[in-house]
Amino acid sequence: MRQKEYEKSIDPASQIMLRKAEEENIETAWDRYEKQLPQCSFGQLGVCCRNCNMGPCRIDPFGEGTEKGICGATADIIVARNLLRTIAAGAAAHSDHARDAVLTFKKMSEGGAGSYRIKDEAKLLSLASEYGIPAEGKSREEVAAKLADAMLMEFGKQNGPILCTRRAPGSRLRLWTELGIEPRGIDREIVECMHRTHMGVDNNATHILLQGLRTGLSDGWGGSMIATDVQDILFGTPQPKKSTVNLGVLSRDKVNVIVHGHEPILSEMIVEAAEDPELLKLARDKGAAGINVAGICCTGNETLMRHGTPIAGTFLQQELAVITGAVEAMVVDVQCVMPSLGELTGCYHTKFMSTSPKADFPNTVRMEFHEERAYETAKEIIRAAVENFPNRNKKKVNIPEEKQECMVGFSAEAILNALGGSPDPLIEAIKSGAVWGIGAVVGCNNVKITHNYGHVNLVKELIKNNVLVVTTGCNAIACAEAGLLVPEASELAGDGLKAVCKALGIPPVLHMGSCVDISRILVLSSVIANRLGVDISDLPAAGAAPEWMSEKAVSIGAYVVSSGVYTVLGTVPPVLGSQAVTALLTRDLNSVIGASFAVEPDPFKAADLMLEHIDGKRRALGLSSGR
Amino acid sequence: MKDVMIRPELCMGCRSCEVACAVAHSESKSLFLALGEKPAPKKRIYVECSPDLEVSIPITCYHCENAPCVSVCPTKALSQDEITGVVSHNPDSCVDCWKCSMVCTRFFPLYQLILGTGCWTSSMACNYGIISRQIEAGVKCDLCQDRELPACVEACPTHALLFIQR
Repeated sequence: MRQKEYEKSIDPASQIMLRKAEEENIETAWDRYEKQLPQCSFGQLGVCCRNCNMGPCRIDPFGEGTEKGICGATADIIVARNLLRTIAAGAAAHSDHARDAVLTFKKMSEGGAGSYRIKDEAKLLSLASEYGIPAEGKSREEVAAKLADAMLMEFGKQNGPILCTRRAPGSRLRLWTELGIEPRGIDREIVECMHRTHMGVDNNATHILLQGLRTGLSDGWGGSMIATDVQDILFGTPQPKKSTVNLGVLSRDKVNVIVHGHEPILSEMIVEAAEDPELLKLARDKGAAGINVAGICCTGNETLMRHGTPIAGTFLQQELAVITGAVEAMVVDVQCVMPSLGELTGCYHTKFMSTSPKADFPNTVRMEFHEERAYETAKEIIRAAVENFPNRNKKKVNIPEEKQECMVGFSAEAILNALGGSPDPLIEAIKSGAVWGIGAVVGCNNVKITHNYGHVNLVKELIKNNVLVVTTGCNAIACAEAGLLVPEASELAGDGLKAVCKALGIPPVLHMGSCVDISRILVLSSVIANRLGVDISDLPAAGAAPEWMSEKAVSIGAYVVSSGVYTVLGTVPPVLGSQAVTALLTRDLNSVIGASFAVEPDPFKAADLMLEHIDGKRRALGLSSGR
Repeated sequence: MKDVMIRPELCMGCRSCEVACAVAHSESKSLFLALGEKPAPKKRIYVECSPDLEVSIPITCYHCENAPCVSVCPTKALSQDEITGVVSHNPDSCVDCWKCSMVCTRFFPLYQLILGTGCWTSSMACNYGIISRQIEAGVKCDLCQDRELPACVEACPTHALLFIQR
């Protein structure tokens, strides 16, 4: 039974492209999902183990068949081990991204990456002081070099502490220490996950999951936080600005270059190279009116936050962007890039360019990127895109009209600035009930949920109930497409939140950045908790990932919950095959760490769960709790 | 009428058919909800390994009315209960002649596989062992009357199970 367009996506622009795909007989992720159905039950329940070659083993979920793997591992052990490996992969992805950013920073400080410079000196100096690096009488580059070395140390530390964990409230830090889950080193935790899940090592589900929490913390308060910090120094800390989103940002008469993936290191250069007079002239010579750079996924979020570069779409719109027939170059780095783009770009004139030394895909033009000649590579990429413009087949072009304005750039610093330099106005608004609580809504797209349906409806329900929403990643893009990231969207908010937004001139949904920038949410919640003299788990706040799909999201879930934030997942994680693991994640964690997970695919019910949680936290703080 | 046909040469041994069968015969009909049901839902199909043939075979019996396997069995190893219609197998009388497989839609491809490979040592007895297990459990394949396709056929990723006109 084929899904209709409106069952695949709630976004009109995407629906138009899905119809075009069908007319042109082009396959998309939704078609491949249908071909995968029904999906493997053992996989969905997490009860398949491939960790040794006596297997693969799987457990009969209904108890009639096998109850143990060959080694004797039960469903509890297998599910926990699989989950730990997933967390390790997610933490590795974020943290390795961070490592590359720090290495670029280091190379810049040593004069080996001439295209980069220090954009945010204030942040450099404040981080230097936090890392205990004396700055007096030293050049900025000398300070940067020392800071880069100190940050690199965080990856290889054996016994901690990871410095950024000290940003958490004292009570939270003590809890981590008591539970033995304070991370010791970013790389160490990831390696230990792989060791523990090797045949015959850690075989106690609870013990395994505690390592999962520790590894998550090494991501959220380690890798991801370092990535955010160092990228802010190199490219500037985001400040509020306006931009546009959705497939309609692609241009009919300009060369369209899409930057897709997760790192800003190259895309920053591409944005700059697109304004190079020489290349603009070449574009005019080729009959184009200019060069238009647009983002997808978090590479897009990074350039959106810092330059207001428009965004063409979320994760599930990457294929749809190519299907417009108007993309000269799809430039990708790492993470969440579908290998299907190789075959798909072959159906159009689009050049598919892979740039990361780590990541190649089928049918790409290799444009491997190194910091030493970053700007030159970016120019080569733009030049190749411009030269591809005459190959655009006008008969195949259909760019949807839909584009939407948005207001972005709400780093923790920018939010505190908007509040007048202190979190007090927000805290007062929370105390009075004007702002009922804070909702952190993040995460991917997933074909299992109608594209953007989960994101947009959950966020709308929250703001309607006066919950201020902070967002990152594909949720942020989905909200932008739905028009929730403009100050006027406060009309959709409850009266209390509406008044606060109007007074501050901000949208009710604040775009805080890419998925590594969930670290900004952690910092902001620490600031608020510290100011109130409570733990993060005491705040009237809740998190959600309505359409999550990636391993990174699992690592995020681990650190968000370990940081004390109740989190509702919109798609079912592969853990239900173990009652013990399920009970731990959805119930027992609460008494250990002060937060737990819930699973609710219906965004309206998910909002109710979050609101009930916030009500409870308000009651515990002695604030009004009757909505 | 249509029936399930088993193509053992395509079976990967993933047991997706087993789980799908149990879920289709659960109260909730949902994998995630069926997990907590008491009594646990029972499957009607079993993936068995046939080492001599080096294949895994999903085995299930519909206990047909006037079961043809019973009528062709020369040693009366197969019999059908007149009241319940349940087919049962007595391994002591079975001489592995494979006549039953020639008349059973479900097993005919297995019979062809054996003809092709010449591997006559693989015994039907293990298959009938499964059928006996179904009888003990008090369940039998009902071809998922309320569904367009039997759940096992729908779940099979390699189309080792087909739903065809017999």
